[in-house]
Amino acid sequence: ILHHHIAAVEKLALTTSGCPLVIQCKNFRVVHFIVPRERDCHDIYNSLLQLSKPASYDELYAFSYNPKQNESKRLQGWQLIDLAEEYKRMGVPNSNWQLSDANRDYEICDSYPRELYVPRTASKPVIVGSSKFRSKGRFPVLSYYHRDKEAAICRCSQPLSGFSARCLEDENMLHAISIANPAHHYMYVMDTRPKLNAMANRAAGKGYENEDNYANIRFQFVGIENIHVMRSSLQKLLEVSGTKALSVNSFLSGLENSGWLRHIKAVLDAAIFLAKAVAVENATVLVHCSDGWDRTSQVCSLGSLLLDAHYRTIRGFMVLIEKDWISFGHKFSDRCGQLDGDPKEISPVFTQFLEGVWHLTEQFPQAFEYNEAFLLQIHEHVHSCQFGNFLGNCQKEREELKLKEKTYSFWPFLLDEQKKYLNPLYNRDFSQKLVLLEPNTASFNFKFWRNMYHQFDRTMHPRQSVFNLIMTMSEQNKQLEKDFKELEAKMKQRNRQPEELLTKEPLQSVHPASPALKTSPSFKKEQPLLPMNDSIRTIEGSNTADNRYSEYMEELSKAEPAVVSLEYGVARMTC
Amino acid sequence: MEFAELIKTAKVENVQLSCPGLPPIKGTLCITSHHLLLSSQPGGHGEQGTVELWLLIRNVDAVEKRIASSLGTITLKCKDLKVLQLEIPGMEECLNIASSTEALSSVDSVMMMYPFFYRPQSMKLKDGWQLYPLQHYYQQIASETSAWRLSCVNGDFTICSSYPLAVIVPATVDDNVLKKAARFRQGGRFPVLSYYHKKNGTVMLRSSQPLIGPNRKRCQEDELLLSAVLDGGERGFIIDTRSAQAAKQARVMGGGTEPKSSYPRWKRLHRPLERGRPLQESFIKLVEACNDTSLSMDRWLSKLESSKWLAHVKGALSTACLAAQCMEREEACILVHGAEGTDTTLLVTALAQVILDPDCRTLTGFQGLLEREWIEAGHPFHFRCAHSAYSHARLKQEAPIFLLFLDCVWQLGHQFPFSLQFNEHLLLVLFEHTYASCYGTFLCNSEKERCLCEVKEKTHSLWSWLNQPSELKKHLNPLYTYNALVIWPSVEPQSLQLWQGLFLRWIRSSQYLDEAWAEIQRLVTNCEDAPEESAGRTLCHSQPDAAYPLTITGTANEG
Repeated sequence: ILHHHIAAVEKLALTTSGCPLVIQCKNFRVVHFIVPRERDCHDIYNSLLQLSKPASYDELYAFSYNPKQNESKRLQGWQLIDLAEEYKRMGVPNSNWQLSDANRDYEICDSYPRELYVPRTASKPVIVGSSKFRSKGRFPVLSYYHRDKEAAICRCSQPLSGFSARCLEDENMLHAISIANPAHHYMYVMDTRPKLNAMANRAAGKGYENEDNYANIRFQFVGIENIHVMRSSLQKLLEVSGTKALSVNSFLSGLENSGWLRHIKAVLDAAIFLAKAVAVENATVLVHCSDGWDRTSQVCSLGSLLLDAHYRTIRGFMVLIEKDWISFGHKFSDRCGQLDGDPKEISPVFTQFLEGVWHLTEQFPQAFEYNEAFLLQIHEHVHSCQFGNFLGNCQKEREELKLKEKTYSFWPFLLDEQKKYLNPLYNRDFSQKLVLLEPNTASFNFKFWRNMYHQFDRTMHPRQSVFNLIMTMSEQNKQLEKDFKELEAKMKQRNRQPEELLTKEPLQSVHPASPALKTSPSFKKEQPLLPMNDSIRTIEGSNTADNRYSEYMEELSKAEPAVVSLEYGVARMTC
Repeated sequence: MEFAELIKTAKVENVQLSCPGLPPIKGTLCITSHHLLLSSQPGGHGEQGTVELWLLIRNVDAVEKRIASSLGTITLKCKDLKVLQLEIPGMEECLNIASSTEALSSVDSVMMMYPFFYRPQSMKLKDGWQLYPLQHYYQQIASETSAWRLSCVNGDFTICSSYPLAVIVPATVDDNVLKKAARFRQGGRFPVLSYYHKKNGTVMLRSSQPLIGPNRKRCQEDELLLSAVLDGGERGFIIDTRSAQAAKQARVMGGGTEPKSSYPRWKRLHRPLERGRPLQESFIKLVEACNDTSLSMDRWLSKLESSKWLAHVKGALSTACLAAQCMEREEACILVHGAEGTDTTLLVTALAQVILDPDCRTLTGFQGLLEREWIEAGHPFHFRCAHSAYSHARLKQEAPIFLLFLDCVWQLGHQFPFSLQFNEHLLLVLFEHTYASCYGTFLCNSEKERCLCEVKEKTHSLWSWLNQPSELKKHLNPLYTYNALVIWPSVEPQSLQLWQGLFLRWIRSSQYLDEAWAEIQRLVTNCEDAPEESAGRTLCHSQPDAAYPLTITGTANEG
C-alpha cells in the first residue's frame, strides 16, 4: 500500500489475538491487521499516521519515483497533451474568439492557466474589470467551443455582487461572450449551486448575476451541493458499504441516506442541461459555482463529453482532464488531501466526475473508446502522487514546483498500457453518428459503482468478465487474421511462378476453400482457444500486484477472510 | 359457454394504439375469442394491412377505461408488464371492448384457454411432451448407483395428487412404506429424490412438512424412509424454509417439523423464505416503483427497498447456496421442505441444482430441470400465475415464486456470464409463458390435472417450439463454455442487481444495450448475420406461425 493512498488509520480495541489496526485507503481498499503486541501496533499506527500525511510537496512519491527512463523521453511525455492544439481542434482562435495575454504572468488570476481564450470584442480593461468583480479573479473564459453550432461553454466564479453591486466591465464581458455566438440572442448563465447557497453568499458580498443587469441572459440554478456535503455523503456511503453482513434493506436505505446517487444524478442532469442548451438551442452557456473549480469543472467536462465524441476516446479524455480539471485549477492537492492540511478541503469531486462518466459508459456501451479499468486507473493515480500531473492546486503552483523538470507525466504511462483500457465494443461510427449523448436520468438508471467502491473486494465482483474475454478474443482474432493474410501473401508468391502454366480451373479451386479458411479465425465454442484462466474471469484490479486472481470455487456465499502471514510475526490480514 | 357471448363488439375502426417509446399507430381493432388484434390502416404510421398488435387476451392483467365525450381510452396492463393504450372512438364501443376484454381475460376454465385451440402448421402435437421423462433422469442416476429406484406407487395419483406418476425413492424402501409415509406428510408429498450429486454421491430430497400436529405424532415409515437415505454413521441436514418459530406454530394446524428426537441423524436448519401474498405484494410494489419514472432518487431507493424484492432474491440465493454447500462441502444429504413443499421448496432445490450441476446450465438441461423440479413436481402454476402485478382482482393464490427463481437464475448469469448456455431472452420468454401462453406446458397445477385436461394430447409443448433451430438460436448465450465447477454467487447486496431487462423492459429504451449485445454476439461468433435483436420489444405476444411481420422494433425514446 502506497503511503499516499492511506486515508485513515484506526486502532481498535485490544482483542485476545492482538491489536486490530484498520487502514482505509483513498482507492477504497480497506485492510485489517491484527498485530500481536499492542506496543508494535501503536508504533505502526504512529508511523503510518506521519507517513501518510507529508508536510511538504517534496516528500511526495512523484519526486522520488524513477522508472529509469531517459530524459528526452521524460520531457516528451510532458508534451503529450497540448492544450493549444486542443483549442485549435475546437476551432479557436477564430473571428470571434482569441487568445488573451491578460494572464500571461498570472497577474489577474493565479489559479487560471497562462493561456486563456476570450471573445475578440472583450478588451483588456473589460477583462481586468470583470476579473476584479469575480471571486478569486476567475473571470469568464472559454472552456469549450462547439464548431458547428458556434456556441461556447464558458466558465468563471461567482460575481461579487452582494445584494446590489454591479460592474459594468463584467456586464460587458458577458455581453461580449453572448455576441460571440452570431446565431444567438441570449445566453444561459448556469449557477450550479442550490439557490439557497447562492443567496447566502450574497451576505458575504458574493452571489449571483441579477438578470436585470445583464443583457439577454437566462439565469438558471442547478442545485449541486457543495464539497462538504459531498465529503460527508461519500463517508456515509463507505460506512454502509463497509458494513459486515449487510442486509439488502439496510444497504438500500443506507444508499438512500448517503444521498450519493442523488448527487451523481444532479451533476449529470446539470451536464445534460448544458449540453442540450448548446446542441439543441445553439446557445452559449456560462457556468459557475462559488469559486468555479469544483462543480464548474464537473459540469463543463461532463457537458463537453456529451457533446464531443473526441472526449470519448482515450487521448481525448486525457485532454479533457488536462483542460477542465488540471489547467483551470481544480485543487487536486487540497481535494485529495495530498499534504497534511485542512481535512475540510478534502472532497470527492473528481471521483464524482469519474462516476458520472462510468454511468454514461453503462448506458452507451459502444460510445466510449475506454473502459472501466481506465477510469479506475486514473482514480488510482490522482491519489497516488506517483506522477506530477495531479500535484498542486493550480498551474502556477505546478510551475513553481518545477514538476516538468523533476517528475514524470502520467499520460504517457497510461497510453503505453492502453491495450488494457480499450473498450472492445467501441464503435467509432456510432460515436460520430450520435452527435449528442442523451442519457436517461430516471432514478432507476443509477447504480452503486461496485467496481469502484469495492475494487478490492473481489468476492463481490462478477466471477467472469465479458469485457476481458472479448478483449482477449478480439486480440487473438486480430493476430490470426494477420497470420492468415501473411500466409495468403506467401501462397500468392509461391503461386506466381507456376501461374502461367496453370489453367484457370485449379486456380478457382483455391477460392472455394478460402471462405472456409476465413472462418477459421472465428471462435467456435468447441475450440479450446479461449484461455479460460482466472485472469480473464475476474475483473482486473488496478495493478497486478493487487490482483489476487481468485479461484472462485473456493469462495462461499459468506466470504472467508483471506489469511496472509507477514514476514514478521503472525499478523493476519483480512481484506 | 360460447366465446361469442362475451364479445359484444368484434371490430372497431380508427383505433389508436400507443405504447411508451413507440410511435402511436392507428388501425382497426378486432377481438377474437383469444386475441386482440390491431391492423394498421391508411393514415397510420405502419403499412396498410399490417398487423401491428397481436395480443393474447389471457395476457391482459387489468383493464382501465376512461371516457371523455365520445372518445374512450382503454389502458391494457399486461401480465408481462407492458402497458398499452387504445383510444377508441365511440363510448359504447369503448365500453364493449373493455368489458369483453375483461371477461375473456378472466375465463378461468383451463380447457377454454388458447393452447387448446392453437394449431400451428409447423408443429405436431405430442412433439416435445416426452422430451424430459423422469425415467431418463433416473437412468442417469442408476448408472452411478443402485441405491435408488423408480417407484410408480403414485401411478393413479391416489397417494399424492400433486406428484407425478413416477418418483425416485431409496431402493431399500418398498411401496407400502411410501404409502404410509405419504399419509404423514401434507398433501401426501413424502420425501423423494430431487437431485443426485454425482461428484460425491450425496442427494437432495424434497417433501412437504410432516404432520406432527399438536400431539407430536410420529411415523415410523417416514423415519425409516429418511434414515434409509443415510449410510452408516452419516448425518444429513433438513433445510426448512420457514423460521423455527413458524415451523413450531404450524403444529397447531396439524403440521410441524421433524423433531430431533425422532430424526436423530438429521440436523435442522431454518432459513425463512417469503412466499404467498407477501411475495406477490413485493412484486406489485416493485413494478409500481419501476413504472414511475419521475421518482426522485431518494423516493426510488426507498421504494426499491420497501418492495423488498431484492431481499427475497438474496434470501432465495443464499438458501440455495446453503443447500449446495451442505452437499458439496459437508458431503451430506439434505432434505428441503417448507409447508406444502410446492413453492419455496422447489425454489431452493431448483436453484441449488443450477449452482451445483453444470448439466442444468445447458439449454436442454435447464428445460429438463424446469420440467422435473417445477412442472412435474407440482408447482401450482395455474393458481400462482393467474394474475400478475397490475391486477385489481382480489388476490387468491397468486405469488411470483417462479419469477423469483428466474430472477435468481438471471443473477447467476450476470455473475457468471460464460456459465449458462442460455441467455436473458429465454428467461423473459419463460416469464411470459407462465402467465399467458399458446402452449400447454405451464397449464394446470399438477400432473394429475394435466392428465384430466388431456393437456399433453390436446396442446403443444413450449419446448417443441423453443427447440426449433430458428428459436433456439435466439436463446443461446454466445459466450457459453462448459464450466464443470460449482458456481458460487456473491449474495452481498452490492452484488445483486435489479433485473432491468425484465422490470424496465417496457419502460426504458434498451436500444444501445441491445446493439452492444449484438456486437458482442458478432465479435464472438464472428459471423455477419448475427441476430440483431436480443430482448427486443415486440407488441405481439409470441405467435410464431403468423405470416405477418410482427415485431415493432423499439425506436429510441431517449434519443
